[in-house]
Amino acid sequence: MAECHPVGFQWVMEAKARGAKVFHVDPRFTRTSAMADAYLPIRAGSDIVLLGALINHVLGNGLDFREYVLAYTNAATLVSEDFQDTEELDGLFSGFDPETRTYDPASWSYDEDGGPEPDERREGGRRHAEAAGADRYGSGGAAAPSRPRTDPTLSDPRCVYQILKRHFARYTPELVERMCGIREADFAELAEAITANSGRERTTAWVYSVGWTQHTVGAQYIRTASILQLLLGNMGRPGGGIMALRGHASIQGSTDIPTLFNILPGYLSMPHAHRHEGLDDYLEHEGGETGFWGNRRAYLVSLLKAWWGEAATEANDFCFDYLPRMTGDHGHYTTVMNQIDGTVKGYFVVGENPAVGSSGGRAQRFGLANLDWLVVRDLTLVETATFWRDGPELETGELRTEDIATEVFFLPAASHVEKEGTFTNTQRLLQWREKALDPPGDCRSDLWFYYHLGKRIRQRLTEDEIDRPLRELTWDYPEEGERAEPLATAVLREIGGVGPDGRALSAYTQLRPDGSTRCGCWIYCGVYADEVNQAARRRPGREQTPVAPEWGWAWPANRRILYNRASADPEGRPWSERKAFVWWDEDRREWTGLDVPDFETGKPPDYLPPEGAKAQDALAGTDPFIMQSDGKGWLYAPLGLADGPMPAHYEPHESPVRNPLYRQQANPARRIYRRPDSPYNPPESPRFPYVLTTYRLTEHHTAGAMSRPLAYLAELQPELFCEVSPQLAAEVGLVNGGWATIVTSRSLIEARVLVTGRVRPLRVQDRVIHQVGLPYHWGWGSGGLVTGDVANDLLPIVLDPNVYIQESKAMTCHVRPGRRPRGQALLDLMEEYRYG
Amino acid sequence: MAERMGFFTDTSVCIGCKACEVACKEWNELPDDGFVFEATSYDNTGALGASTWRHVAFIEQTRAVRVEGREEDVDRWLMSSDVCKHCTHAACVDVCPTGALFHTEFDTVLVQADVCNGCGYCVPACPYGVIQRRQDDGRAWKCTMCYDRQLGGLEPACAKACPTDSIQFGPLDELRQRAADRLAGLHADGHTEARLYGESPDDGVGGTGAFFLLLDEPEVYGLPPDPVVTTRDLPSMWRWAGAAAVSMAGVVAVAFLEGRVSGNRVPTGRSLVGRVLGRGVLGGRGLGGRRRW
Repeated sequence: MAECHPVGFQWVMEAKARGAKVFHVDPRFTRTSAMADAYLPIRAGSDIVLLGALINHVLGNGLDFREYVLAYTNAATLVSEDFQDTEELDGLFSGFDPETRTYDPASWSYDEDGGPEPDERREGGRRHAEAAGADRYGSGGAAAPSRPRTDPTLSDPRCVYQILKRHFARYTPELVERMCGIREADFAELAEAITANSGRERTTAWVYSVGWTQHTVGAQYIRTASILQLLLGNMGRPGGGIMALRGHASIQGSTDIPTLFNILPGYLSMPHAHRHEGLDDYLEHEGGETGFWGNRRAYLVSLLKAWWGEAATEANDFCFDYLPRMTGDHGHYTTVMNQIDGTVKGYFVVGENPAVGSSGGRAQRFGLANLDWLVVRDLTLVETATFWRDGPELETGELRTEDIATEVFFLPAASHVEKEGTFTNTQRLLQWREKALDPPGDCRSDLWFYYHLGKRIRQRLTEDEIDRPLRELTWDYPEEGERAEPLATAVLREIGGVGPDGRALSAYTQLRPDGSTRCGCWIYCGVYADEVNQAARRRPGREQTPVAPEWGWAWPANRRILYNRASADPEGRPWSERKAFVWWDEDRREWTGLDVPDFETGKPPDYLPPEGAKAQDALAGTDPFIMQSDGKGWLYAPLGLADGPMPAHYEPHESPVRNPLYRQQANPARRIYRRPDSPYNPPESPRFPYVLTTYRLTEHHTAGAMSRPLAYLAELQPELFCEVSPQLAAEVGLVNGGWATIVTSRSLIEARVLVTGRVRPLRVQDRVIHQVGLPYHWGWGSGGLVTGDVANDLLPIVLDPNVYIQESKAMTCHVRPGRRPRGQALLDLMEEYRYG
Repeated sequence: MAERMGFFTDTSVCIGCKACEVACKEWNELPDDGFVFEATSYDNTGALGASTWRHVAFIEQTRAVRVEGREEDVDRWLMSSDVCKHCTHAACVDVCPTGALFHTEFDTVLVQADVCNGCGYCVPACPYGVIQRRQDDGRAWKCTMCYDRQLGGLEPACAKACPTDSIQFGPLDELRQRAADRLAGLHADGHTEARLYGESPDDGVGGTGAFFLLLDEPEVYGLPPDPVVTTRDLPSMWRWAGAAAVSMAGVVAVAFLEGRVSGNRVPTGRSLVGRVLGRGVLGGRGLGGRRRW
């Protein structure tokens, strides 16, 4: 965090100054480790063993926050008799189909009277695997019955608590030492600290970033942490939670108002061409009827009204059919494969640099070289825009400029200080930014670009039916200045929503399913409440409460901590004076406190839902997780994940060691591209004996297009280097300051050598495992004052099955002293490694 | 004169982000140092110099520590943002023949670029090796403690950019108090290795306007353990020089007498001695009331 989020890390330092104990778990000793009270080196890709052992420690010693767990989680819920665990099936959960390598989740479901509903009404499993459906549940939660059968004594062998206990029983401190390389004593210190620092009086927070997500089991890493935090009562409470640090400014914003292929604004799923007939059919299939997600018709209809205005009516399903439809996986890596295969002809690349910034750089460039046209919008001439004249494949002779038919359009973009708008940070906080100066020359804001592109497209529309959705689209933002810049505040107001009277709405609870409200993103509803740009508020912290509700605006409803009903006990009283946050005021018959309560203000703690209740009315006064259909925190996920209802340790796709827990070596549902342009290192291969992990440095940003052209940053880290331990350096003959060539079956690159004791060899399964660290900030271009080989060229294209993120944090490699060969000699050496 | 302003750099909370280095260069429009991979931990700018006025040192240590009765190797990565010390007794000021170097109204040490003639006397005079000449224009450059920003009521760029308040700027007396409190806190927490560096007015430079909290010996950070203003002995030297001059004058007189006898002319050397004496005793701004030895 100090390494990649130094500004945010000031708050960790402040917490430390106030007595917080900071642990840092990382394969390399970083700037964060330097500041931590304890540093635990870990083998990249083994985190579920560590987190699972912490869960086992909690369950095995009865250290869970029992009142919280009983009232607020699904610990007592009974699971179907059909469910079989990895412990019984040697690494597989029940429902796995080896043909398609996908799960049918039917057997994972809760035990219900009358048996589970047919699969057709559920999401997850195979359909999930087709369309990365899991991340639609970002705010929704999959459909589960709101009142399943339970055993409040937690003794029934089929209750979630007992299933968890059995599942994690083999995740012991000894296993942690054997698999992660973390000594038992260090594990004991961590386990003692987090349990002692959780409960009524205290809370513990976990912070992670792409070190947890970029794995073939990435989503399950986060699930493991969620289970641990729920067991310890650390969710929905001040000082608790699991904080995801995002990799760029407003990456959170670009998931809320998504640039992803499979969701619409506010985590509504993108309709599927073959699955959804019309609006009703779509709504029926996309989650449960209970909890706040039960109001999704109001959210979607308001979105359609924002987009198609008067044209959207009850009679035409509010123009639902105008939405584009998915036909399957349209994610980044599948798109690249389709480019290579010639089925994707055109490509918009905006603020990304896949030629050097995505896994499998060579495949990326072969894809780009096979397009008809390519539009690149960026601050500098990034490698993605110039690969056709200076890419590494020209040197090897694999591509020739005159043979590349891709027509490249480069459009210079305005930087963040040259445009106005909001950034949404990891805390869901929207902060408005003013424009400091006009962009130079032809540079334009993204808003300008898309708005005027839309206008030009509309000028070319015909009366043909196929053009109707674009003809009827509301596309009428006020423009200002010589360049006709659309007003960003007008867009924000549209996102924030308006009521039947045309006035800005103040909360998503005002949204209606009848078409009388319009809202561009339901979770952002209220950002323009009272006709005020709430995101632009800047009342200093010292002039308000510690929660600082008048600095910016947090979705939803300006809430700073989600699910904060859980900060009070089931009766509505704070768990402790020290951790009081929101509570039930019996005199005024409402929820109150330091934050906006994440609960219906007037719903008393003793509320019980009547039979047949829908949406939020179906949740009791003690159900804090209001987006879930049962209002509970899920220790066990009966639906919604493509690779199992509980996390299990699987080795990375490329690993030097065998999985000692199960015969199943790697995540059985991981997404693999078995084709010649996506080669993999075999597991336990002596040709690739070392673990390779990639990461960032403070001094640079992503693939370097924003930092390598700047002298003051480039001089601080001028060359690509690899970090190796003195022991590995001695083993392969590397010299500090010299050169190394790093090899995988994808490619080989050269880097300078930094020999450092900060990278430690780890003892794993009774042998020494060496790790090689590689920052990925270099490429051959981008106007960089410093350039270097592309770390991403080494990386495999293998994905997490839930969210299709690549495994860029743990793979295998070989390291050789000296620089790499050039031209044909490079290809020859690559072949040698690939085929042994 | 305004209050004496200073820097307190608490290296125990430095996260090595180098924001100070970059902010300093941005504000002061300094040249880059070239693009050379040094293979010395995460430091590629080397040291303070004419184009680097804040420099973050990275020191990787593996120390044997006794934990519960057994020896263990513990990694430590020290980071520390170095800067001009703005000495109470600044040798660079003493030796500057043009008056380009002087103590400002904030009691900081400043080089006036339009007065500096590039003689370079200040370079070897600095006990910390801070001030350097720039290759291209030959003049001497170093941290100004953002004199221009201070005139505008702003804190220096490095302190402004520091995310963890490792670099603190303020009235020196306040900073010394804050540092003493911080040190006591660290000692109470068992960090007995923590120490202050440069805060004492009794040290060899009369205390520094930019002082530090370190977690190891100063040498570990590349700092001199017991810095002494290199012009400390000048007054006594001048006294000796004066006496010598007088004796020399006697010798000259004798020689002159003898010369008169022999008819040879010998140069007196008076102008040279006089210039040194005049510069040492009367010149050098800010001497009055500040010399305490």
